[in-house]
Order: sequence, then C-alpha cells, then structure tokens
Amino acid sequence: MELFKKNKVSVTTPINVREALKKGDLFTRLSAVVMGLGNIVRGQIIKGLIYLVAEIYFIIFMITKGITCLNNLVSLGTKTATKYFDETSQMYRMQLGDNSMLCLLYGVMTIFLIIGFFLAWRGNLKSSYAAQLKREAGKHVQSFKDDLEDLLNGQVHRLLLFLPITCILAFTVMPLIFMILMAFTNYDRDHQVPANLFDWVGLKNFSEIFSSSSGLGTAFWHVLGWTLVWAFFATFLNYICGMILGIVINRNDTKWKGMWRFFFVLSIAIPQFVSLLVMRTLLQPDGAINVLLRSMGVIGKSSSLPFWTNVTWARVSIVVVNLWIGVPYTLLQVTGILKNIPADLYEAARLDGAGPVRIFFSITLPYMLFVTAPYLITQFIGNINNFNVIYLLTAGTPACLEYFNGTAGKTDLLVTWLYKLTVDFSDYNYGAVIGIMTFILSAFFALLTYHRTSAYKNEEGFQ
Amino acid sequence: MAKTKQVITKRKVSNVIVHIILAILSLIWIAPILWIIMTSFRGEKGAYPAKFLPSEWTLNNYHKLFTDTDVFNFPRWFGNTFIVAIFTCILTTIFIICISFCMSRMRFKMRKPYLNIALILGMFPGFMAIMAVYYILKGLGLLDGGLKLVALILVYSGGSGILNFYVVKGFFDTIPKTIDEAAYVDGARKWDVFTKITIPLSRPIIIYTILTSFMAPWVDFILSKVIIGADAKYYTVAIGMWNMLEKENVYQWYTTFFAAAVVVSIPIAAIFLVMQRFYTDGMAGAVKG
Repeated sequence: MELFKKNKVSVTTPINVREALKKGDLFTRLSAVVMGLGNIVRGQIIKGLIYLVAEIYFIIFMITKGITCLNNLVSLGTKTATKYFDETSQMYRMQLGDNSMLCLLYGVMTIFLIIGFFLAWRGNLKSSYAAQLKREAGKHVQSFKDDLEDLLNGQVHRLLLFLPITCILAFTVMPLIFMILMAFTNYDRDHQVPANLFDWVGLKNFSEIFSSSSGLGTAFWHVLGWTLVWAFFATFLNYICGMILGIVINRNDTKWKGMWRFFFVLSIAIPQFVSLLVMRTLLQPDGAINVLLRSMGVIGKSSSLPFWTNVTWARVSIVVVNLWIGVPYTLLQVTGILKNIPADLYEAARLDGAGPVRIFFSITLPYMLFVTAPYLITQFIGNINNFNVIYLLTAGTPACLEYFNGTAGKTDLLVTWLYKLTVDFSDYNYGAVIGIMTFILSAFFALLTYHRTSAYKNEEGFQ
Repeated sequence: MAKTKQVITKRKVSNVIVHIILAILSLIWIAPILWIIMTSFRGEKGAYPAKFLPSEWTLNNYHKLFTDTDVFNFPRWFGNTFIVAIFTCILTTIFIICISFCMSRMRFKMRKPYLNIALILGMFPGFMAIMAVYYILKGLGLLDGGLKLVALILVYSGGSGILNFYVVKGFFDTIPKTIDEAAYVDGARKWDVFTKITIPLSRPIIIYTILTSFMAPWVDFILSKVIIGADAKYYTVAIGMWNMLEKENVYQWYTTFFAAAVVVSIPIAAIFLVMQRFYTDGMAGAVKG
C-alpha cells in the first residue's frame, strides 16, 4: 500500500488509456487508429515502427484468417466430411469437411492474439501519451536505446518474465482454456474428428454427470467418493505413521538413529515409478509375495491372495503400498519439527503421570497439526491428483461395468478416469468436465490453506 | 530400591521391543529393494518364477539390457532421457530463477495477479490439458521423429513445472534488501543486482532447482507417454520400462526389467542424496547471521 501512495505523489498526471484519449493531442489520439504515430512524431521512430508493423500484421491476419477462425469458433464447422465417387480412379474417396477440433483450437488462438493486440494497443496509447507529456514539459524523450537500457533496470521484469510467461501461456493456459471449452461441447466417441463434427451443447455434460440415474452419474459419484476416501487415508495414515516412526527413532533411548533413518529414506532414492511397478509385480497373483506365502505354507499350493483382483483387497493394497512410499517422506519432513516441540511440555505431562499414548494424542499430535496444517492440506490435494500411484499399481482395475460402460474401475481416481476418458476412449467432453470438477475440489481445499497461512498474508514481513 | 530396579528392567524391556519393531519395519522397507537387486541377477527365464529365491545367478540380464537392442533399445532410451533431462533442467532453472527474482525483488502492477494466477493454474490436474498440448505440438510440426524429444523438453520446461517457483522465491525473500540497496547506491542496475548479487548468494537453492528439474524427466510417466506415443525409438526410460512389464512382453523381459531398475536407480539415488544436502542448506536461508 505504501508503495502505491508514493507513486501517486510523484506522478502528477496519471498515464492511462482514458487520460490519453481525453487529454492527448491530435497525434496521441490518432495513435488509437494508426498505432505508433504518436511515437514516430516525437522522435521514437523504431518504437513507433514496431507498433505500426504489428498493427499491419494484425489487420492482414484478421482479414485473411482471423475472421474465419472466429466464425468457426461459434459454429465449430458446418461441412461434414462426405464420401464421393472419384471417376478417374474408380474409387470412393473422402471429401474432407471442417475439423471442429481445429476450429476450436484456432478460435482460441485467435482470441489470445486479439487480447495480445489489445494490450499492445493500450501500451501504444500510453507510450504515445507519455512521450507527449515529456515533450510538453521540455524533458528528454526516451530514445530506443534508453528503452533497451530500461529493460535491464526498472523494467527488468519484462525482460525476465517474457519467455517464461510465453511458455506458460502456450503450454499451460491456452491448452487449459481449450479443454475447459470442450466441456461445453459434445466431442465424445460418437463425434470424432475429422469424420464428424461436434457442436456446442451448453451445460448438458454437467447435468449428465450430476444426475445419478445415468451410467456416467453413477460412475462420477462413486469415483468421487473413492477419491476422497483415498485422499483421506493416504494423507492421514502417512502422516500419523511417519510421525510415530519419527518419534520412536528420535527417542533418547533409541540407538543407531542415523542407521534407522537411512534404512527408511533409502526407498525414496528409487524413482517412484520403479518402486510402484515393482510393488505391482510383487503383489501379482503369481508374484513374489504369493510365492513366498505358498512356500511358507500360509496359503495353499495353488491359491493366491487377490491383492489386485478383489475390490476391497485392491483398495487396501493401494493404501498400504502408498504407506510404504510415503512414510519416509513424512519422516524427513517431520523430524525437524518434532525436535522443536518444547521439552517442558513433555516434562509436565510426565510429572502428571501421562503415558506415551496419552502424550502423543494430547501434546504431540495437536502441536504438529497446528504447525503443519498447510503441509497436510497440500498433501491432501496432491493425493486427490495422485495419478502415478493408481495408474501404475492397478490402472483403475478391477473394472466395473456399471461405471459408464466400464470406462472407470473400482480403484480409479477422478484424474485417472479423466486420463482414460480422453486417451483411451476419446470422450473429451466428459474428460474435460471431470477435470473441472477436480479443479474445483482442489481449489476448495487450497483456499482453506493459502489464505490462512501467514506466509501468504504476510509475504514481505521477513524482508 | 526394588522399585527403581523394576522401572529400569521395564525400561530395558520396552527398549528391546522398540528396537525389534524398528528392525522388522526396516526389513519391510529394505526387502523390496533387495528383491529388485536379487531378481536382476536371477538366472531362470520367464515371468513370475515359482520359487522365491533364484535357483541360478547370472549377469545375463544386464548383458541383454545393453546388447539386445532390436526392440527394446535401453541404451538409447537412457540417452533420450538424458538429453531431455539436460535441456529441461537448463530451461526450467533459468525460467524459475527469472520468475522468482521478479516476484521477490521487483514491484510492478501485475505482480500480485501473477502470483495468484500461478496458484490457480497449479490446482488444475497437471495433464488435464495434455490432449490440447498434443494438438498444439502437432500443429507446430513437433511430433515427427526426433522432434518429439524437443516437444517433450518444451512441455517439461514450459509446463506446470515452473509454477513451482515458490520455494526459490521464498529463498530470494530471505536475502536482505539492504544488500540490494547498497548496490543501487553504488549505481548498479537491477540486472546487475540479479546477476551479481541474487544469483551468487542463492547457490544452494539454485543447485537444488537444477537437480529437481533434472530428475523430472526420469520419473515422469504420463506426459511422455502421450507425447512420444508408440514409437519405441524415442521412449524415455520410464515408458520403456513400463512397456517391459506389459502382458505381451513380460515373459521375455521380466528379469531384464529389474536390471534396468537397478541401472536407473543408481544415478537417481546419487542425485537424490546430493539434493537432500542442498535442500537443507537452501532452507537455512541465504545470509547466515
């Protein structure tokens, strides 16, 4: 806030688009139509030319392609691909129609370009107005060299952020918007491009997913339920087990602390996909665990425990395997915090005759929960989106035909179902809806943390 | 006297019990690792052998891994992943450092909005947009042959990975502003402060970033699976190894998979151990008082 006030004092005339159009002189106002004019007139020739060339390119693009792209974005294509008989080769050929998917993609790209152009247009007006004000005040108008120099100093954030932001726009934001738009179309397996067109359907997909009568709705609510159950157990079991392990290792009476810690942390060093794939093979019907149990005589010679084939077994196995993977991480995270718990708290509890269990639940756990609540919620969100564990262990099996014709299995999370719907079954629209629902779920839990943590509120307190 | 003796023996007994439990748990955590190593030296052919311990030991699995390269070209996958990892780590690190410096040291109008947007983008499932990315890359012509690896580099370094700049930003925040101000008084530009003060002072966290971003392509499975597709020549290690365990290949490649697991795990484990140290240093802050 302070910074903001200072700015207001030092800059007497605010430089913004409205002021530029209201108080600017003829050239500044003309810049709204012929970009860069105001700059050229005041000697900033290179800058002005860049604006001008950008405008010309933009206009040419809009006339030749942009308008069609926008039209197509609204209609998503009108010409269906047709078969026709080719006289010369005596064969049926496909006459390519409009590709709805490309219409959508190019439409989104065009909108991004228009927004970019609009920002450039604003920048042009502001810069023109600024140059005018400087000229009127008799000050030196920034040359192109000054501008470049500024990029290394006051405006260095523009230089540094340009590439990262371009990349994020191209590979994260634009695809995301593209996918979100798909949630409002009927781009499913019956409307595959390029042979067919798809079209806007409004909120139909959402209502279909929420109604519990359709196969899709049944699948959604069940998968959502398991996702939450999984995230809960995966997060809290890992947390509590890791913490107990940490306490036990850090006890004064425990010997060889470093060795124990090393044994547990060793498993983190293996790439996660390797340990997951290994766990999957270990627990197969003919995998090593079953073989071991058979040779020890715990189960019959030809029988096996259904680790991945029975629904309940599979769900428990996943949580247990995740425990194997996650506990060492928790151990690393909590060891430091555990040491920070004031010793006099324990002292007092012991004097009052509390046993270790009572001490854990009345002192350690509340203290840790208080300190690590943000970490826990981030973990929870991470587990909602924990694709690798589920996909590499079970790939969602055992399958369940009631779940939208078997697209989802009993151990599928929303994210793995989303993956299957888009990659395996080409139901892009439903995939997109599920993606949005996952986002809402994560955002809900994230909002709980970010606005409560002091790190967010009091960002600059430390500097 | 008798009572204290009782307390001491009780304590001793519970101590022994604790150590026994720890030993059993350690065994549970170590056993799968030992089993990987054991199976990688296993002599019998075929998947899912009927005995727990191997009946013969051999080095053939490693030999096969590096020489039987007609279908499953492991050395090549390793090379692919290595190249992708090197470039990803360079780009990602540069991007993250740039973003973190701007968010920590610069004050501009869009700063808070950018920070919030980064948070929101981070909440979408990472690969929700992967199909759209696939089509964008296809449109750019980056999905033909070897260019797939370029596409992979772009997706790793331009994707949601760089939204995790918060750790580095947090580190930059700990560098006292007075150091910057002293430099400005001496006539330094922001660029000079960035390159000559912030970066040198942030060595531990930068090395940490380099190592994490180097690891990402080795352990990522899903992005590479969609982008590389079925072309076995351009597989990364993770997809290749996943394919070894698929139903049609598992009989031939079961034991070789474990040899591959050992070969991949060694460098990753080494990097991880180094990273752990720099992470602790990084968390300790920039300038120690």
